[in-house]
Amino acid sequence: MILNWLSKKPLGIINSMLCKLQFRFFSPTKILRTAILLPWLAAMFSMPVNAELIDGFPLDPELVHQLNGDGNKVKTNAIKQLTLLATPEAVQVLTALAEDRLMIAGDSGELLIRVEGDKAFDATTGKEVSPVPEDMDQVYPNNRVRVVLNTSMSILKLFNPDREIRLEAAKQIEDTGGADEVFLPIMDRVLAKESDSEIKEIITLVKAMIGVKSSDPAVRLSAVKDLGESDNPDIKLKLTEMTDPANEADSSVRAAAAESLASLEQKILIGETVTRVFTGLSLGSILLLAALGLAITYGVMGIINMAHGELLMIGAFATFVVHDFFRDNFAEYFDWYIVAAVPMAFISAAVVGVIMERTVIRWLYGRALETLLTTWGISLILIQTVRVMFGTFNQEIANPAWLSGSVEVMSNVNLPWNRLIIIGFAVAVLVLVWLLLNRTRLGLFVRAVTQNRTMAGCVGVPTARIDTVAFALGAAIAGLGGVALSQVSNVGPEMGQGYIVDCFMTVVLGGVGQLAGTVWASMGIGIVTKLVEGGLGAVFAKVIVLAIIILVIQKRPQGLFALKGRTAD
Amino acid sequence: MSNARTPFIVRFFSATGRTGWIAIALFALLTIVAVPVCHLMFQEGDALFISTFYVTLIGKIMCYAIVAVAMDLIWGYAGVLSLAQGLFFALGGYAFGMYLMRSIGLDGVYKSHLPDFMVFLDWKAYPWFWAFTDSFVYSIFLAIAAPGLLAFVFGFFVFRSRVKGVYFAIISQAMLYAFLLLFFMNNTGFGGNNGFTDFKRILGYDITSPEMRATLFALSSATLLFALLFGRYVVTSKYGRILTAIRDAEMRVMFLGYNPLWYKLFIWTVAAIICGIAGALYVPQVGIINPSEMATANSIEIAIWAAIGGRGTLVGPAIGAFVVNLSKSWFTVAFPEYWLYFLGLLFVLVTLLLPQGLVGLYQQLRARSTR
Repeated sequence: MILNWLSKKPLGIINSMLCKLQFRFFSPTKILRTAILLPWLAAMFSMPVNAELIDGFPLDPELVHQLNGDGNKVKTNAIKQLTLLATPEAVQVLTALAEDRLMIAGDSGELLIRVEGDKAFDATTGKEVSPVPEDMDQVYPNNRVRVVLNTSMSILKLFNPDREIRLEAAKQIEDTGGADEVFLPIMDRVLAKESDSEIKEIITLVKAMIGVKSSDPAVRLSAVKDLGESDNPDIKLKLTEMTDPANEADSSVRAAAAESLASLEQKILIGETVTRVFTGLSLGSILLLAALGLAITYGVMGIINMAHGELLMIGAFATFVVHDFFRDNFAEYFDWYIVAAVPMAFISAAVVGVIMERTVIRWLYGRALETLLTTWGISLILIQTVRVMFGTFNQEIANPAWLSGSVEVMSNVNLPWNRLIIIGFAVAVLVLVWLLLNRTRLGLFVRAVTQNRTMAGCVGVPTARIDTVAFALGAAIAGLGGVALSQVSNVGPEMGQGYIVDCFMTVVLGGVGQLAGTVWASMGIGIVTKLVEGGLGAVFAKVIVLAIIILVIQKRPQGLFALKGRTAD
Repeated sequence: MSNARTPFIVRFFSATGRTGWIAIALFALLTIVAVPVCHLMFQEGDALFISTFYVTLIGKIMCYAIVAVAMDLIWGYAGVLSLAQGLFFALGGYAFGMYLMRSIGLDGVYKSHLPDFMVFLDWKAYPWFWAFTDSFVYSIFLAIAAPGLLAFVFGFFVFRSRVKGVYFAIISQAMLYAFLLLFFMNNTGFGGNNGFTDFKRILGYDITSPEMRATLFALSSATLLFALLFGRYVVTSKYGRILTAIRDAEMRVMFLGYNPLWYKLFIWTVAAIICGIAGALYVPQVGIINPSEMATANSIEIAIWAAIGGRGTLVGPAIGAFVVNLSKSWFTVAFPEYWLYFLGLLFVLVTLLLPQGLVGLYQQLRARSTR
């Protein structure tokens, strides 16, 4: 990691400081530890040996001895030459060097010895040296040399029979911005033998990245054209440089660079837009989970529940409790705590909802504005209670392993798993709520009360009980939203407050009475927010979304999907 | 009615009854004469001495009370629950704060004619909206115009589409939230997170001197009384009657030929202006203005002041502001961890048990005792 970083930013001072540090840490115990680790390391690295490679021992003794030569230039040159050979023997020597197993023996240091386990081999001839010489010094590559060595090791891994190792190596070379020009021939060899199209693509790109450094304009031209196929943002800078006459003398190369740059920029733009729309969808599905319950309670009872954000918070804290319980008692099933947290959050939020409705809210029907204040008061009490129980600080919740990582869609578009799962979760909750509202008797009652409370009461719908159930349902859905939130944001007593305004905007924009309104509004707000955010920043995104909502309300005062009907007030 | 022929001043003074005037005179005597005199004439240790702490605290609460009166005008009389009054309050504060910042002069940490936070951001000149703010009169005008204009434009669009009730409350809260975020940013030009502070003088006089404190205190009190009288005058006028009618049955008023838009818009804008003035008085007394004044919680608290005192009574919300804020300053010192419980319970119990607020409770008790 540090080495990669250094290779990008060759800061002399830091470099030399690190060198000193490494020398200091180089101690006999380290050699011992390396020796213990050796057997399996050796097993691991015996794999890259590839039968189709040519040549064998002995290696050119002069070349091998240059690995211990004077000055970085000599050393790196030797490494490059050995890499170009790409024979199993060269691989063995270089691997030994990379793993601090290359030693110098003999009084004048004439012998270079590769140590494998408790055996020693002559680096040049490959013959076993026994007994193992007593007095050995390590050939120590400093950081500058190590950078080259790392690239070499990656290049050599391209000959590994395992596809995954080759792919990873190829990506690594691409990420570090290609390699030295001398490696151009080896890339051709790799391309000739590689059968996997994905790796081939990356190697072509790497070859092009190397090619643009070439002194031959023809090579540069073809390289620049190849770079146009890439969608890697890092290449943009390189191509921009090459459109400048100061850096690029050949005009046809400049023209090709400009063309490639345009195509690259378009790909980057598409990639960014895809990412933004995706994060927008992800934000939208969180909003949906948070606002769905609110839309139901508001639709049925006409009250705004200011404590709705706190119900989200309760859901998240229920997840936290389950998380800790699993960690302490069922560590082996820890990854599945989230599955247990879903019903837990559902029930705990529903219970709080029922208590709220039965004790306070039912006495305030018909006084919507005052309910707003009361529920705000309840939210303060809930926040303070959670603070007293769990402390004021944010709690740490570890994501299950299956929720971490991401899916790569394009080279510059990575979709994190947890966000994908949240979108799926939101869809699942939405489907269940839709089924509940449209396919059950309870749902029928809820819809009837939403549309006309008095009439529903007249035909025998127990409106008071429906109110309680609807409020509990809304609260429970908020609890589910809390489970989702616990995976992507901080879990703390005040977490709910940040979502209140957004939830309400969703409900106001979408209108009540139909799920479609909430869905469209949350997705719309999510995507517009993220698209604007990319250009203007988060604050202006909020301001613009607010302005859009006020404008939409000019046209549709009851929201996008208001129930049609004759209502009088 | 002979309203049209009676001179304005007579109508204004007939806005409240004899008891009302006596109460007002007593309050004025106490706050405009007695407190400043006690603060200035007596020394630490005297029985009649009123410390700086109490002068500032009560002065601050009087500014809150002005906001509560404005809240009552729109919520109690027009039925429009605004959750954005804190925004207008803060805007007024920021407008006057700009003047205060400029009158620091070269006394800032960086000895620059620019405020410290601008020097910190490496700005070389004032942004355009800081123009003329070195003028005292202009910044007072700005403290009135900025909230007024914002309220007018926002109100026009929202009332025109007949957004009301909880919808209005939510949209006003969203506006507040958007401004909160905007003022939190450093490059908006209002000092970001830290806001304005470290004021030195007003019109050349030291801002921390006892005389200045007493003056600001008396001014706040006068403004509060004026807001109460003005409110009384407005709600007892013909306009006020229509406003109350709109609150109770907007549809019917529309069918009678009135356009509720202008009635609501007027009182909404006036309430915003009153809040702005309160903010302008508040800032020199507490010595700081920052975006936390725009927090959503603060604006909701304003509604609870009005609800506790009793909506639709004007004097009630002012009393409510005193009750809540005095108990807040006591609670947060005595039992800091229980303050949120107390406030939360206040919200719940007042709406459940005291729908008419403290004034309503007093009236009920009096009615019972006379029976």
